[in-house]
Amino acid sequence: MSAAEKYVAAAYGVVFVFVLVWVALIAAKLARLEREAADLAELARTRQPRGDA
Amino acid sequence: MAAAIAMIFFVAPEDADQGLSQKIFYFHVPIALTAYACFGLGAWKALRVLWTRGERYDLESYTAIHQGTIFGALTLITGAIWAKASWGVWWTWSSNQLVLFLVLFLFYCAYFMLRFSVEPGSRRERISAVYALFGVALIPVSFFAIRLANDFIHPTVFTREGPQMTGTMFTAFCVAWGAILLLAYLMYRVELAGKRADQYLRDLREALTA
Repeated sequence: MSAAEKYVAAAYGVVFVFVLVWVALIAAKLARLEREAADLAELARTRQPRGDA
Repeated sequence: MAAAIAMIFFVAPEDADQGLSQKIFYFHVPIALTAYACFGLGAWKALRVLWTRGERYDLESYTAIHQGTIFGALTLITGAIWAKASWGVWWTWSSNQLVLFLVLFLFYCAYFMLRFSVEPGSRRERISAVYALFGVALIPVSFFAIRLANDFIHPTVFTREGPQMTGTMFTAFCVAWGAILLLAYLMYRVELAGKRADQYLRDLREALTA
């Protein structure tokens, strides 16, 4: 692999890694939001007044 | 993106002067232009914040500037790699284009420090919006720097006579720029949706625990 090829691979690789890290961060955030939504749904259920038995 | 990469490596001819390392141009310049576009969008949304006092525009402005900073960092990194391949150095302070882009990038990095040092609310929205609007003035300065200052180190590809490249090279460049712009737009929408969902969940938690 020539020096020019290494630099080109590095430049394109950096962009690819940046996008990959961004996707991983968004996935982690989405998982956190899902957990929070589930917690809130549970909280809303417990706070719901019970109907006549 | 796949089409752009295919065009860059299989259709566009190799540059007679720089050889293979010129292929970095097809990602480096569109990323830089996309960073400018993101900062411009952030400033436009900031103007809407000041104009309409709309809370949603603050989040949109912040997200656009965040995207601009990501693409700005990528511009600096890919530019440094290209500089090393072409000039033999990672960075040179004698190029106005490089220094002004770094100033622009650091200016927008400071935006986050300012934003998170103020309590959330209308005051923070206004301060952030004014700062974002000031920053947009640096974009034309950065863009036209090489033309104004006769910078001989950083190449000027787009001149008044049109793009200084072959038709195939220009097509590859346009496809790459389109792909990067689309990527930036998708990232902006996804990040904005995440931030909005976060905000709604916080409001919901406050309402439920009140």
